[in-house]
Amino acid sequence: MRHAITLRIGPATFRIGSAWAQPIADLARLYAAYPDMRGAVADFTVRLQPTGPIRRLVRPSIFITGDHGLADAAPMSLAHGLLAAEMGMNLQMALGWRRHLLLHASSVEKDGRVLVMTGESGSGKSTLAALLGERGWRLMGDEFALLDCASGLILPFPRLVSLKNRAIGVVEREVGATRLGPLLRATAKGDIRHMIPDARAIARMDEGGMPRLLLFPRFGPAADVRPVDPAEIFMRLTQASTNYVALGEAGFAALTRFVGQVPARAIDFPSGEDAIAMVDRLWSDLA
Amino acid sequence: MSARLLVSALHDPAVTVALGADWWNALIAAAKAERLIAALAVRLDGHAVPEAVRPILADARADADREGQQALWEADRAAFALRALDIPVILLKGTAYVAAGLPAGQGRFVGDLDILVPRAMMPDVEAALIGAGWEWVKEDAYDDAYYRQWMHELPPLIHVERDRLIDVHHTILPLTARSRPNAAALIADAVPIGEGLFILSPEDRVVHAAAHMLADGDLQGGLRNLWDIHSLLSQADRHRLAERAALHDLKRPVAQVARLAAALYGGGARLTLWDRLVIARLLARDGWGRETRKLLVFAFFVRSHWLRMPPLMLARHLWTKWRKGHRPV
Repeated sequence: MRHAITLRIGPATFRIGSAWAQPIADLARLYAAYPDMRGAVADFTVRLQPTGPIRRLVRPSIFITGDHGLADAAPMSLAHGLLAAEMGMNLQMALGWRRHLLLHASSVEKDGRVLVMTGESGSGKSTLAALLGERGWRLMGDEFALLDCASGLILPFPRLVSLKNRAIGVVEREVGATRLGPLLRATAKGDIRHMIPDARAIARMDEGGMPRLLLFPRFGPAADVRPVDPAEIFMRLTQASTNYVALGEAGFAALTRFVGQVPARAIDFPSGEDAIAMVDRLWSDLA
Repeated sequence: MSARLLVSALHDPAVTVALGADWWNALIAAAKAERLIAALAVRLDGHAVPEAVRPILADARADADREGQQALWEADRAAFALRALDIPVILLKGTAYVAAGLPAGQGRFVGDLDILVPRAMMPDVEAALIGAGWEWVKEDAYDDAYYRQWMHELPPLIHVERDRLIDVHHTILPLTARSRPNAAALIADAVPIGEGLFILSPEDRVVHAAAHMLADGDLQGGLRNLWDIHSLLSQADRHRLAERAALHDLKRPVAQVARLAAALYGGGARLTLWDRLVIARLLARDGWGRETRKLLVFAFFVRSHWLRMPPLMLARHLWTKWRKGHRPV
């Protein structure tokens, strides 16, 4: 393809090709601190290609695909090219990753132990992970937590953190504009801005940790903490995993062990500050 | 042209020894796009490959193994649903190769379950499957009627719990095709593999794969189909194959797939101009996994319809599909 870059995020290497220069230039800038992977063999190929024969130049429109793709993927505007590239990488992981059980969850680490936070898009798990990453925790990832079936470790996947709508301002106040990507207005999920994880998160992206606490965060309602029934935890995690079925028995064994060993709570939080206080309290209660 | 590299790596895995990372990326992307990555992994077993390539190949083999296991379970469930009918249930394509442990089943991704049953039993088979939890996929009345009147199979059924498709065939080519294979002979010579299941005879397996690839399709996935054929040919008797091809009115396609398989995966063959065109279509894949040669690919798409129906019927079919909003490519 005309423009290309190879990136490694945690254990996965992506070769991203694009018909346009801009998405690759954005990636090169935002992933500058990540390992230099020029000339590497990639686990996945991602393609950002025109939706039709003339759509590279006339009203440019991106079709996201690669080794794994969805025939009915919605076309994206070139103005959202960076988001398209991120979605292309997520798509490969979601459909193609087999080396760990993939949990749609954010994760942060402290003292070698890992806090996993899972929930629907909009639950606040990305924002919470981004904020904790600036408050003494190590950010491990905002989208996928990788559960190693053999060891039970959670491994990092610290791609750019995807901040949406109100979270953008909250995190910008915390980290400053230099660690943020371009503001992408009016995407399918509203305004989006990407945050570069801090140097520690990137330098230690091959270092996992044993899970110690699982949270189901929910942004919005009044502050509340509830226990969650193990059967419900198991069901929600199977739904939060895109490769649970593909991993077969190994995935089942890893997930039942995780549910059996890791305490879990559902938390509702009205603001980021409340959430951080609740997390710190729950974490120290476990000590 | 990376499909060419894929073909030579399948033919002779030793060619990969000298590959740099860029070529490995191209080879892997082309192999994934052609659904041949697990077959390539099997071929590369025991060969030295770069450290970063090893887990990619291992993942592919594990995926193929899992698909094979699921395919066997689907075959088992179908046989169970049809046991009261007391008919031979003949497995076709990938499921047959895996179930019988054929070389063609090694690293073979298996999607839908394809079975062949006597035509007279189709209504009973349909009723038995629906009674066991399969249901219609196609909501469209035109498509449904088209299948029932002209195709060699029922409209696809999907299992309500397991989400897996089954295609029930009564012969191996649409009724509108130029050739008319002998379905009774296919069934009479089928080979039992246990538990009420059968597969086609070694020669009929090649005939079916040839019919599927050349007389009934636009060559999508053609490199994989030809790899199947290459593996199947190793178990077929050439003399008997010629006889069966004649019996099924498929001499030309069978002779052609044998030439194509020899040219791409074997020791070479003398090719006609038409063979070369087909090969150009088969190799239309670049190192990013993209389809190339759009015009040629489209020409083969048109040809597949031409083969399937007489001109007037084709015109009517395309007009109906167009009005429903269907657009090719």
